[in-house]
Amino acid sequence: MHPAPSVIIFSTLSGAGFGLLIFLGLGLPVVEGWIALVFYLIAFGLTVIGLLSSVFHLKNRKNAWRSYSQWRSSWLSREALAAVASLVLMGLYAAAQVFLATTIAPLGWLGAALSLFTVYTTSMIYTQLRAVPRWNQWATPVLFLTASLAGGALLSGNGTVAILLLALLGVVVLWHWWKGDRRFGEVGSTLETATRLEGRVKLWEKPHTGENYLTREMVYQIGRRHAVKLRVIAMGLMVVLPLLVLLLLGAHHVTGAVAVLSYLAGMAVQRWLFFAEAEHVVGLYYGAHGNITANSSERTPA
Amino acid sequence: MTALPERTEKKLGLVIDLDTCVGCHACVIACKGWNTQHYGAPLSDQDAYGDASGTFLNRIHSYQVEPEHGASQTIHFPKSCLHCEDAPCVTVCPTGASYKRAEDGIVLVNEDACMGCGLCAWACPYGAREVDMAAGIMKKCTLCVDRIYNENLPEADRQPACVRTCPSGARHFGDLGDPDSDVSRLVAERGGVDLMPEQNTKPVNQYLPPRLKDRLQAPEMTGDEDILAPWLAPVAEEPQGFLKWLDGALERL
Repeated sequence: MHPAPSVIIFSTLSGAGFGLLIFLGLGLPVVEGWIALVFYLIAFGLTVIGLLSSVFHLKNRKNAWRSYSQWRSSWLSREALAAVASLVLMGLYAAAQVFLATTIAPLGWLGAALSLFTVYTTSMIYTQLRAVPRWNQWATPVLFLTASLAGGALLSGNGTVAILLLALLGVVVLWHWWKGDRRFGEVGSTLETATRLEGRVKLWEKPHTGENYLTREMVYQIGRRHAVKLRVIAMGLMVVLPLLVLLLLGAHHVTGAVAVLSYLAGMAVQRWLFFAEAEHVVGLYYGAHGNITANSSERTPA
Repeated sequence: MTALPERTEKKLGLVIDLDTCVGCHACVIACKGWNTQHYGAPLSDQDAYGDASGTFLNRIHSYQVEPEHGASQTIHFPKSCLHCEDAPCVTVCPTGASYKRAEDGIVLVNEDACMGCGLCAWACPYGAREVDMAAGIMKKCTLCVDRIYNENLPEADRQPACVRTCPSGARHFGDLGDPDSDVSRLVAERGGVDLMPEQNTKPVNQYLPPRLKDRLQAPEMTGDEDILAPWLAPVAEEPQGFLKWLDGALERL
């Protein structure tokens, strides 16, 4: 899948922003006055920049408001609603803490729950797509939720929780890669099932001489050869470096900032890979993914 | 709501005969022509005389098939929206632009409501949906909904443009929900199949597999002897007369 910068920025920044909102909503820590203002500027800054960025991948933005209408069937619609609802609730909770120095705990809990649900809806947009087997697995929502919570723990200065969540994130990401590499074979789509032709099928001629929307958007292959190196970089920046900084140097403002920046950089690489490595089954019609399906097509009865 | 209808009264769709398709791309051009000049935003091209790219609702791939025995075959493979019963492209739509009609099962996009997020194209395993880069909205096969019910057209033309134009009769249009329709009988007779059944989309469009091609007649290719062989066999196994002398002379050189 094409790794659009707008969607990578969105899921990286808004994931961390909602993570911070979750911790602030739970009262971890309870902040009031000026300190609260700084915390909420960071949290709302990240989520709002992320959400605005996601609007840039729309080709017809004037109809974006309609995306609030289909919450009964569409995860993307649910995400749009949940994002606004959690921002409004957390905005009220934040306003009371910043301006009235009052903490309305139940409002915060509700805001935290909605923020968590927003991250879940984002993950389900990808998880629901059977046509992209790498995403279509239960580790995808677990990955998004763990990543968001780990980012939130780092940003909110919950050192010990952050260490535990970062370690968990490392395990989840490794599992997602390991399982993701196998999902295409498990779903079982091959050029033979795509065409239902009997025998060994090879693409002989494409339908068009140039690229088209489908090949640009869904048959993205560039950069896959660096995937292993990028996985190491992602894991190093996202998990290993923040863990080392926190464990060896302790959690305070400077180490916290280094850990957060490293985490965000690693997360962006991980999200780039999340898209760039995802193979869409439509690629089969264009002769792609032969290397993945080579083994499974031999099992297909000819 | 972009929920799917529980059931549709009809299941209008196409039956595509991979045996007779000659890969001429006439259906591609007829589709682009009709759908550029009629319903909805036109199907645009970008840099048509350079690094060309554009929107098409119907595309023809060509495949080489190597059977277990015998020579390879070329199969031309037209592909457009399959108007799936369990269409994943419909339920993912956040704006309500994507829908499946309860009366005839046609999957359509309400272009006035589409925000061009492209999620429906991601959800489709078949690559049946493309965002038009000029209009910024999702385009897909409408089964020529503006032809098939159009009483201003002569009755013979009330078919999708691709079906109407196909010179080899490889495309058939009808109600696949009615077991007695011509298309349903054709599917039953020829063993029509779903594309990517493992994706659980329950496509309405059906593909008729290619028949076995005429066998090559050379006995060394087939192992069989042609029925004309006794008449086609050389009259004399050994050359006679001058040729016999020439053959011998050349042999001795």
